[in-house]
Amino acid sequence: MTRVPVTVTVRHSRIELALHRLRDGDGASLLHLHGLGERSPDALPDHLVGWPGPVWALDFTGHGASSMPVGGGYFCELLMADVDAALAQLGPTTLYGRGLGAYVALLVAGARPELVRGAILDDGPGLRGGGPEPTTPYVLTESLATPGPPDPYALFELSHDVRPADYATTYARLAATASGLDVALAVCAQVRPPWLAAVAAEPGVREIDRVGAMALFAAT
Amino acid sequence: MTDAPEAAEAVGFPGARAPDRTQAVVSHGIRLAVHEWGQHGAPPLVLAHGGFDFARTFDVFAPMLAQAGWRVVAWDQRGHGGSQHAALYSWEADLRDAVAVVDSVSRDPLPVVGHSKGGGITVQFASALPHRVSHLVNLDGLPSRRNMPDIPDHERTKLLADELATWLDFRRSVVGRSRRPGTIDELAERRGRMNPRLSREWLRYLVTVGGRRDADGWRWKIDPALRMGGFGPWRVQWAMARLPGLSMPLLAVLGLQPETMGSGTQPADIEPHLPRGARIVGLEDTGHFVHIEQPGRVADLVLDFLGTPA
Repeated sequence: MTRVPVTVTVRHSRIELALHRLRDGDGASLLHLHGLGERSPDALPDHLVGWPGPVWALDFTGHGASSMPVGGGYFCELLMADVDAALAQLGPTTLYGRGLGAYVALLVAGARPELVRGAILDDGPGLRGGGPEPTTPYVLTESLATPGPPDPYALFELSHDVRPADYATTYARLAATASGLDVALAVCAQVRPPWLAAVAAEPGVREIDRVGAMALFAAT
Repeated sequence: MTDAPEAAEAVGFPGARAPDRTQAVVSHGIRLAVHEWGQHGAPPLVLAHGGFDFARTFDVFAPMLAQAGWRVVAWDQRGHGGSQHAALYSWEADLRDAVAVVDSVSRDPLPVVGHSKGGGITVQFASALPHRVSHLVNLDGLPSRRNMPDIPDHERTKLLADELATWLDFRRSVVGRSRRPGTIDELAERRGRMNPRLSREWLRYLVTVGGRRDADGWRWKIDPALRMGGFGPWRVQWAMARLPGLSMPLLAVLGLQPETMGSGTQPADIEPHLPRGARIVGLEDTGHFVHIEQPGRVADLVLDFLGTPA
């Protein structure tokens, strides 16, 4: 088992994303998606050791070693496209997402069902987002000058985005019907914001612990 | 077929006038081109253009307001017209840019006029910062359910699946992409597909103020990373819910002829949501680009609504 850190650059429009290989190996890949404000782990986390194949981790736009855009403009579907750019290199992959990364993993599973071999949705920063409806509108009137990473615009914008339950379940249904998997999504998170409570109740979604989820998707 | 440079310079349009001043305003690190018509010392009002447009689509409309005594300010949204191309684009970012532009003009409340997407952004601006807006004018920028076909859920899900795949494929292909070059006529023809009601003469004029001439032909200046259409957790009722609470006088002008770029909103769709005293004017024989099809009529409506510049 090697832990040689290898980082490759993935281009997504004007952004350069850092895709880290946490462990080499044969077989199907697992891709780790971090939470809001986090970055990819430096080494394979203990709870992912059970995955039999290679393990990769992606830094989202404005996070970790990925490039920082000027002037913000984040939304979760953009991070979905970050992951899709990585999948263009990795091919069919199982996703493990924490917090914000769990929501993004759901979006990718629905949008690219032929490339996502199951998605594991776990607790982490940014799981809730801005809730199921818009709140009182607020506009930043001053520039956020704090240097990142993480990009302060990402912290601001991705903690306010609206995540309606029926929007999330649409992606869950796309994943369940088009992936060909009996179980397309595994919900490990203890915290259940409205979007995740609704997803957990959908067909093709299983509530299961991380070990069970990895065993489930490793076998597909 | 190529356009001789002399011919390119000769493209004009009756009543169109280039801005009197253009300057840069930096919003959160992004350089925006801000254009003005009228006396610098006159009372200001701000115009917001729609998606895939640019400030100089106001080249006929804005001078009419300036002529009546207003200092008319319009900016190119990020990635549009003469403004900087950004790494990211979002509704929230456009809203912040709007605030930066208005801040550069005045800290006192002023009239704000928005068309289409610019109308949506300025409604949200007025809702978030009511102390900065004295009057709000919305030009065919109030969406309704009318253009959303009544289709079963499973069909809607299929449409979303296609849209998602198409958008992700586009994002994969956008690295290093540039806009397709062509002659003035070719660019006018392409834009005409989205603007079927606008004259060829006007579209040719737009090429020369919204495009640039490269060695291999004309290109629209708009960022090739921008794409029409979209998806996401957006609901028309959320936009409607901003209207009843607006505290400043509101004038809504609707173009009642349906077309691709418009939302097809009819007066009855928005009447129940409008704040007390709001004026609503439907133009029967006009499409989505009300201020381009009928600049004089719409300018008169706006000027009458605003009263004497002050």
